[in-house]
Amino acid sequence: MAQEVLTNTGESIAVPDGLAGVASDWSADKEAFGVPWGKAMMWIFLVSDTFIFASFLTGYMTVRMSTTVPWPNTSEVFALTIAGQHIPLVLIAIMTFVLITSSGTMAMAVNFGYRGDRKKTAMLMMATAVLGAMFVSMQAFEWTKLILEGVRPWGNPFGAAQFGSTFFMITGFHGLHVSVGVIYLSIVAFKVWRGDYARKGNYQIVEITGLYWHFVDLVWIFIFALFYLW
Amino acid sequence: MAHAEGQQHPIKIYLWIWLLLFVLSAFSYMVDYLHIQGYLRWTLILIFMFLKAGLIVSVFMHMAWERLALVYAILVPPLCLFVLVGLMATEADYTFLTRLAFFAK
Repeated sequence: MAQEVLTNTGESIAVPDGLAGVASDWSADKEAFGVPWGKAMMWIFLVSDTFIFASFLTGYMTVRMSTTVPWPNTSEVFALTIAGQHIPLVLIAIMTFVLITSSGTMAMAVNFGYRGDRKKTAMLMMATAVLGAMFVSMQAFEWTKLILEGVRPWGNPFGAAQFGSTFFMITGFHGLHVSVGVIYLSIVAFKVWRGDYARKGNYQIVEITGLYWHFVDLVWIFIFALFYLW
Repeated sequence: MAHAEGQQHPIKIYLWIWLLLFVLSAFSYMVDYLHIQGYLRWTLILIFMFLKAGLIVSVFMHMAWERLALVYAILVPPLCLFVLVGLMATEADYTFLTRLAFFAK
């Protein structure tokens, strides 16, 4: 199925799909990506962010593989006793579910944005921001608990000293991304609510904000698997 | 049909993916809760991780519906990170052996 695109001179031309499409999109006299520039830029930013987080996680892998001291048992370090029940890793599990829920509400917000439903879009984006704030609060609680237990970037009572440095670095940088995302979402949600995008008839910005938010969730999935579960 | 008006898809798809993500996360958590150890643990963790990542990127971030030129531009460069991981794993292994030889009592 060939798509039609407008050239700079306003003619409509058909562009091929598949590999031939890759060649023609890059070489033709038109935008390389058939998306608004804001979206292409957000994607390129996310690629660079991927490299940052991948470097952190690779660094974590390197120190964890090379230490001769046993690595702390994350299942126990992040366990909580709730109502007399000792549950391993429970806080992290709850944080994971909160973040996935927020990804769901964000996806719905994008959908309602393109339907032109101003109120539902703003409400869903605010819900996403609130869930994000919940996530950061739980992370603050987790940090406080670990610091009180004596975990420091240079050592901890549970095992290898590198545990503290990688933990604070990786979750700290991710938490910063979530916090920035909450602010970003709140600003865009406010502008949606005020009707800025309804007036322009363009809700593209909601999808771009969504890309950032889903990326934050994506990074968490990797941290959850590689740092907490491994 | 070009999506000039942006990415618009039935809400049903999002709800299904959302549910799948919940189920897969529950599975990941169960790996720890049931104390599965060794290679089975690592394999399961990685499978669930890549499945969740794939669902988010392809559906929530709409990669499944983008032009191939954009998909390649975004998804191919990160592949070189596997080279970094490979190099660092070798390096870490060497450091570990050196430490065993010189420091371990």
